[in-house]
Amino acid sequence: MIATMRVPLARLAHARSGDKGDASNVGLVAYSAELYEVIAREVTAERVRRHFSVICRGEVERFEVPNLLALNFLLHDALGGGGTASLLTDAQGKTHGQGLLEMQIEVPEGLF
Amino acid sequence: MKTVRIANGQGFWGDSVDAPLHLIAGGPLDYLGMDYLAEVTLSIMMRQKLKNPAAGYATDFIDFIRRALPQLVAKNIRVVTNAGGLNPKACREKIFEVARALGVSGFKVGVVEGDDLLTRLPDLLARGHQLKNMDSGLPLAPLLSHVTSANAYIGAQPVAEALAGGALIVLCGRVTDTALALGPLVHEFGWAADDWDRLASGTICGHILECGAQATGGNFTRWWEVPELWKVGYPIAEVEASGSFVVTKHPGTGGLVTVDTVSEQLVYEMGDPKIYITPDVTADFTSIRLAQDGADRVRVSGIAGGPRTPFLKISASYLDGYKAAGQVTVSGPRALEKARLAADLVWKRLERAGVVFAPEDCATEFLGVSGVLPGILPAPVDPPEVVLRLAVRDADRAKVDRFGKEIAPLVTAGPPGVTGFAGGRPKAQEVVAYWPALLAREEIERTIEVSVEAIE
Repeated sequence: MIATMRVPLARLAHARSGDKGDASNVGLVAYSAELYEVIAREVTAERVRRHFSVICRGEVERFEVPNLLALNFLLHDALGGGGTASLLTDAQGKTHGQGLLEMQIEVPEGLF
Repeated sequence: MKTVRIANGQGFWGDSVDAPLHLIAGGPLDYLGMDYLAEVTLSIMMRQKLKNPAAGYATDFIDFIRRALPQLVAKNIRVVTNAGGLNPKACREKIFEVARALGVSGFKVGVVEGDDLLTRLPDLLARGHQLKNMDSGLPLAPLLSHVTSANAYIGAQPVAEALAGGALIVLCGRVTDTALALGPLVHEFGWAADDWDRLASGTICGHILECGAQATGGNFTRWWEVPELWKVGYPIAEVEASGSFVVTKHPGTGGLVTVDTVSEQLVYEMGDPKIYITPDVTADFTSIRLAQDGADRVRVSGIAGGPRTPFLKISASYLDGYKAAGQVTVSGPRALEKARLAADLVWKRLERAGVVFAPEDCATEFLGVSGVLPGILPAPVDPPEVVLRLAVRDADRAKVDRFGKEIAPLVTAGPPGVTGFAGGRPKAQEVVAYWPALLAREEIERTIEVSVEAIE
């Protein structure tokens, strides 16, 4: 057994978000090639969907961008209709990147 | 080796009015891109133009020209912008008027037209172009009478043509944001229309620049590491003929250009990284190589692209009912409980008045207790204060206006400690919804017109 610990995703990666049509687009960039392996394994589309379960009513798509050590997520139906139609304060998903970084990730002890 | 220096001084209409002036004054520059159009801005401009045939462009751009024109002419810094909106020729006349008032002459202004499809919609639909919504798949025809604007995203070639005609300023309407950078590069380096790798490089250069300070330390995750963000330098790309470029900013400015700040901007609103589609090329973000190249310098290289698609994207807008939002601030003790009661009072009083909204057409947010990120961060149990924000939308304007009258009574007929109700009753605003569609590119390309005129 490898001893593990839980850390916020913010320890492993940084993020930025905005809107893409009616979806929220959350880009996640790992701080190193080693940490990219961890986020690519741990931060699945399904986990992101569960993390945003109150916000995201639709599917989550995930794209891998290994050259940038990045994952890109599209959270469908997460903006209350999007653009000008939305009634939400964050109609463009500007805060969703910060929200994703709060996800708790299981990593081997001594990873850092 | 020839290097072209392209900056972006305006990431959106509402961005810093001083940023482009600092770019002009702060060091050498060949081109300055200025973006003013959001997806629904053209709808607002259409309404302005219907009232006044000489309106319908970004008036902030005229304020910029008034301040910057002498320097642009003296330094030969060429400006490419979508500020022309729905009336680029009227915008050009206004620029000439400003120039005459300033006593500035000896320059040309180019205009790119052909993106405005509003009057062509009935004909296009009649000839079998359904203009189906890219998200929902629904056809446009049933909504035709509600459509307030319809524009095609056009690419870099007409921009390059205007520059080849000697324009110091190129005024476009709905040109892609990335074309504000790619147009000058096609002009300077003569990249062929099927040189996909270089066109993709110029496109990705445009993507990095298009949101202004977001490439140079703005909106950066580790915001506490960004020096002197108050005087952030807006981004500059130094581009070589190969398509490889360096992202940087003027010396002495604040902000930060690192692989991390540039990476964040690359993933911003990226979509599918392998197929970033523009009118000019399909760019592949999985080919990008980034490397730190000194302080506040990031080298971008290795970019691959593929053929452009047979379609251009259309952005239409249509009226889709009304909405209104209002808010009050509720102090503690028991702030959240009081805010919940206040929300309940509003909805019950509206119901008694016979004004009921569908569940998806009303929103209640408690800002300060995970209001924008519900379900993610644990909310404090008893916060010292809460902002209650209520919003509704409906096809019936009278219902939305009635909602607006039910916020102020909370101050006297609600729980204690309700304040911050300022600015009067929330009024119904038109919801201008966005309709993305695709159209065969020949339909648009055959009507694109480029004209370059010198000031008399």
